[in-house]
Amino acid sequence: MTTLANPTTFDVAALRADFPILGREVNGHPLVYLDSANTSQKPRQVLEVMRAHHERHNGNVSRSVHTLGTEATLAYEGAREKVAAFVNAPSASEVVFGKNSTEAINLVAYAFSNASASAGGDPRFRLGPGDEIVVSEMEHHSNLVPWQLLCERTGATLRWFSLTEEGRLDESSLTELVNERTKLVSVVHMSNILGTINDPSRIVARAREVGALVMLDCSQSVPHLPVDVQALGVDFIAFTGHKMLGPTGIGVLWGRGELLEAMPPVFGGGSMIETVTMAGSTFAPAPARFEAGTPPIVEAVGLGAAIDYLSDLGMAAVQAHEQEITAYALDALSSVPTLQIFGPAVVEGRGGTISFALEGIHPHDVGQVLDDEGVEVRVGHHCARPVCVRYGVPATTRASFYVYTTTEEVDALVRGLERVRKVFG
Amino acid sequence: MQFDQLYQEIILEHYKRPHGRGLREPFGGEAHHVNPTCGDEVTIRVAVAGEKLADVSYEGMGCSISQASASVLHDLLTDQPVGEALKVHDAFVELMQGRGQVEPDEELLGDGVAFSGVARYPARVKCALLPWMAFKDAAVRAGVVVGPEVKA
Repeated sequence: MTTLANPTTFDVAALRADFPILGREVNGHPLVYLDSANTSQKPRQVLEVMRAHHERHNGNVSRSVHTLGTEATLAYEGAREKVAAFVNAPSASEVVFGKNSTEAINLVAYAFSNASASAGGDPRFRLGPGDEIVVSEMEHHSNLVPWQLLCERTGATLRWFSLTEEGRLDESSLTELVNERTKLVSVVHMSNILGTINDPSRIVARAREVGALVMLDCSQSVPHLPVDVQALGVDFIAFTGHKMLGPTGIGVLWGRGELLEAMPPVFGGGSMIETVTMAGSTFAPAPARFEAGTPPIVEAVGLGAAIDYLSDLGMAAVQAHEQEITAYALDALSSVPTLQIFGPAVVEGRGGTISFALEGIHPHDVGQVLDDEGVEVRVGHHCARPVCVRYGVPATTRASFYVYTTTEEVDALVRGLERVRKVFG
Repeated sequence: MQFDQLYQEIILEHYKRPHGRGLREPFGGEAHHVNPTCGDEVTIRVAVAGEKLADVSYEGMGCSISQASASVLHDLLTDQPVGEALKVHDAFVELMQGRGQVEPDEELLGDGVAFSGVARYPARVKCALLPWMAFKDAAVRAGVVVGPEVKA
């Protein structure tokens, strides 16, 4: 992990000029965008590549012999190669495009379903009564509800890691929780509400002992820190384009090649087949088998451009910048009376997403006053309601940072919180 | 300016010092509503005596808008004839769904007119309506309103 001693190696002020939206005003104040964990802003470089694709290269992929179709296919498959390189996947064929992380996770869940329903299903994906899936109390609903539904369909049992007071995964019951009955462990890499970065190494080691698969929800980690799927040693990861300077409508499932080959298809349709007769069909190898229908082509191309942008900055530098901002923010927020932070209070093992409460003031009201100052934060349960329940609050206010965040913006947040306390104090 | 209209002094007053808060016995119907996007909750009880709402009691947890709205609802509907209470209910719902274009009837809505500014903030309209939707369900359960239960 990059330490605080490493200087940021990019010029944040110059970089901000790449993001047209950062120049606008909100309610008469300069925009202070502190909601990047929700969705990030997009640099001109990404917008221009997408516009150029539509203006110059638009054709459908994987099925045309004409020039436009060939150019579009090259651009789409080129994006797949960029994604593979970005997370150090051994092969681009291990990268499956979909619309978001939620779809990527559901794809794996339904592959389990389909394998369980067919007699010839690969045993690693077959689930029934007595089998167990393990998640954590820290999950975004997208890495919780699909597994609840899968357990309902198959009769398997859902179990979970609990959380410590400090907002870390409680791994004290690891060997009991992940056992011979476990078929899959699916946990979050970086929490979207607490900011906690989990080290999955002990979970992976235990899963290997008992023959369980491991999925990592990387929606909040791939945009903010170097992620290497081979070093992590997991079987699947999911992430989404719009949180990493790319457009909405494009998400990624990465899976180990031999597992993707063993997975039955989920969506049927064009592009995912080998041979079709009226009596039945055979299916294309991965990743095409999991990409039925016309895919989000320009969105994939946009994601490729976002990856180019992030790679130029260097993910170690991105993480170093966010650690600086996070350290500054943790310090500045601790000066606000009655403010309580949920999640790690120190910058080690956490990312630039900070949830907090002001005593006696509802997050909706906090967010509304901040918006009046041009400060955009998220309020609510952040699609992670069990985390709120765990810490005894109905909702939180969340500030989240990215490559373009400055210390002045953190100062604006702190000033806004003073006004919140005046209005509701 | 818009902002001051959202958080009018009357709303902040009701939020900080709510009127008639607490669930009371006896009651004829009760409903609990939740706003799933933010977790705001309110429970409303309706007690009927003859043609009147003898008491509208409530308990809740949430933002200033939803909780002040419950306090105003209690003030406006308690001791009202059923028909009058429903008129107030309908007027408040109309005001909230009017995107800031509806001129409120101050005689009918009393402190409720303070919520006119909320109608311009689509994200907050649900907060203001939460207790009123729960009231409608509680009234159906108390047998004073005919019609399907509503969901916020």
